[in-house]
Amino acid sequence: MDAANRALADLRIALVGVPNCGKTALFNRLTGSHQKVANYPGVTIERKEGQFHNRAGRRFAVVDLPGTYSFTPASLDEAITRDVVLGRIAGEPQPDVIVCVADATHMPLSLRLILDLQRLGRPMIVALNRSDIAKRRGFTLDVAKLADKLGVPIVETVAIAPGGTDQLIEALGTFEAAAVLHDAVPAVDGAAHAIAAPDRAEVERTQQLVPRLLAEVGYGEPLRARAAARADAILMHPFGGMLVLGTVLFFVFQAVFSWAAVPMGLIEAGVGAIGTWVSGALPDNALRSLLVDGIIAGVGSVLVFLPQILILFFFILALEDSGYLPRAAYLLDKLMGSVGLSGRAFIPLLSSFACAIPGIMAARTIPSVRDRLVTIMIAPLMTCSARLPVYALLIGAFIPAAAAGPFNLQGLVLFALYAAGVLSALGVAWFMKHFAGKQNHHPLMLELPDYQWPDPRSLLVGLWDRARIFLRRVGGVILSLMIILWFLSSYPAPPPDATGPAIEYSFAGMLGGALHTIFAPIGFNWQISIALVPGLAAREVAIGALGTVYAMSATEGALETAIMPVIASGWSLATGLSLLAWYVFAPQCLPTLAVVKRETNSWRYPLIMAGYLFALAYLASFITYRVALALTT
Amino acid sequence: MSTLMRGARATVHRVLDDTLSVGDALHSTVGQRLVELGFVQGAEVEVVESMWPFGDPLAVRVRGSTFALRRGEAAAVMVVPANGAG
Repeated sequence: MDAANRALADLRIALVGVPNCGKTALFNRLTGSHQKVANYPGVTIERKEGQFHNRAGRRFAVVDLPGTYSFTPASLDEAITRDVVLGRIAGEPQPDVIVCVADATHMPLSLRLILDLQRLGRPMIVALNRSDIAKRRGFTLDVAKLADKLGVPIVETVAIAPGGTDQLIEALGTFEAAAVLHDAVPAVDGAAHAIAAPDRAEVERTQQLVPRLLAEVGYGEPLRARAAARADAILMHPFGGMLVLGTVLFFVFQAVFSWAAVPMGLIEAGVGAIGTWVSGALPDNALRSLLVDGIIAGVGSVLVFLPQILILFFFILALEDSGYLPRAAYLLDKLMGSVGLSGRAFIPLLSSFACAIPGIMAARTIPSVRDRLVTIMIAPLMTCSARLPVYALLIGAFIPAAAAGPFNLQGLVLFALYAAGVLSALGVAWFMKHFAGKQNHHPLMLELPDYQWPDPRSLLVGLWDRARIFLRRVGGVILSLMIILWFLSSYPAPPPDATGPAIEYSFAGMLGGALHTIFAPIGFNWQISIALVPGLAAREVAIGALGTVYAMSATEGALETAIMPVIASGWSLATGLSLLAWYVFAPQCLPTLAVVKRETNSWRYPLIMAGYLFALAYLASFITYRVALALTT
Repeated sequence: MSTLMRGARATVHRVLDDTLSVGDALHSTVGQRLVELGFVQGAEVEVVESMWPFGDPLAVRVRGSTFALRRGEAAAVMVVPANGAG
């Protein structure tokens, strides 16, 4: 390739920067919706890649690398950034140009990373981000002089404004693509490692250099904004801050359940309509049954949670972007530390209330391997939205809508079930702290970024990411499980003289019959035992399965109301309560276990998780059943 | 630094060689990471908030950035209080 061609060829660029430098907003500004999220080969760090073209039509492929403070990594995320920049990941070409995103409002941290990056000797450009805010607050610096001192081109960017990246795109156009893609070096080679990981003395030296350099270019140490100090005095107050956090969480949960009701109803109705239409259009055969009972009903029953997941993530993303979530982690650190967790675990656990899967994936940002594992292990104890329909059905059937003081009894029971999940999670974490692996020090070292208004564009892109990940899961794992379960529930077909529902004669029925022996002591009848089998795919599917078992042929929407009187009259109160207790732990969610396997790269942890959840569920149901039986008879 | 009260200012004297790993064995140590965050000799620090009880964790401002640190980490930073007391 000659020079002229290289100047026009695709350019691979990587965004590197300290956490909270506005790097992701810059990435979103550059690439818009042209992004794809995947995993790096072999590890499960999210790999975000996007592309854009400049006015000359040249294509740029951008990778958004996880934020890092240094090239001596402290977490899985940071290790990935180092390895990609060094071209150490097999199958991941080394970027042609590193764009180091510096936060103009927090130059000391960013400048140190720039000095670190410079040692690598790779083509590099510095994007001085948030330059608008920096100017407004009065800490400007002589950009040309700094570029001259460092020997690196510097451009100013404003990630949150249209056109804020024009200078950067123009500057990138002058870089040439590498003639040959570097072959990835799979093993850590000595020389590269020495360059990549400066020792403590080296870090001290660069750290002494940073303020001198900044002073030379006229950058004063940013003062703490008075408004931020006032906000912190309230939001981080030991009592006041807790009160605010409680209120915020309460509001978020209210919103998740009340705002989602309408879109969820629409999805249910839509899925029902499609099912009815397909039923009418096809003759009554196995294909129709597979499409309607297996695929449409099954996928629909999971799809219905999309609104709740999106609303919860809307709040999580907005709170995270505003700088509040790290402060919540600060507030809860002591409490979580008492059971051996880090305050950092708060964010993944909060996500787990929507679904344990994104929660488990978010645990990657926890540096300590042990803390991360404990967080993953207790994530399924946060009551995910999939359990809500089961709770709603059982509470509706067995708990009277009576007033208990100023509260509604049904609401109180629902709250108690959520609380039971959180308390048992704390208990399990405490148990693991004392009996499984010791580490006497858990670093927190969490940056508390400046408050800022969430960037609507980044919020939308983030939500779209979440929706895509969820829908892909529905289309992949859940769809295939649904087909398998439909097969198990439909074959072998019932004999012609069958009197019971068809599922009773199928493989699932046989399995349920066998399971009944196990579940009889905790009060589950054979119908529940059968329903738990398809519930493996996704917990809420158990409701649909109960409907099938009781030979209900209503659509999803009508089902809940139709089945409620049947179980209310058919089951004892003890059985109903026992099943509620079971669902607090609900060990049967295959997608969660599959993600744990992927995230930990071992079968050990998913097996331990399934085992301990099953044991706790059984124990809780057993106690609930026996106590309720003793009290009601 | 772990004994500083809320609102106290000090100058970093040195950071102890806390060799405890931040993550697993391959990862950075607490001491090195503290230096990377800006806790180096001569840096001015201010404890902006601290949690009740026992001031753990505490929020420390250094070089224009604020970090939440547990007392264990803060203890690795040796400081000279600004007003010469405590």
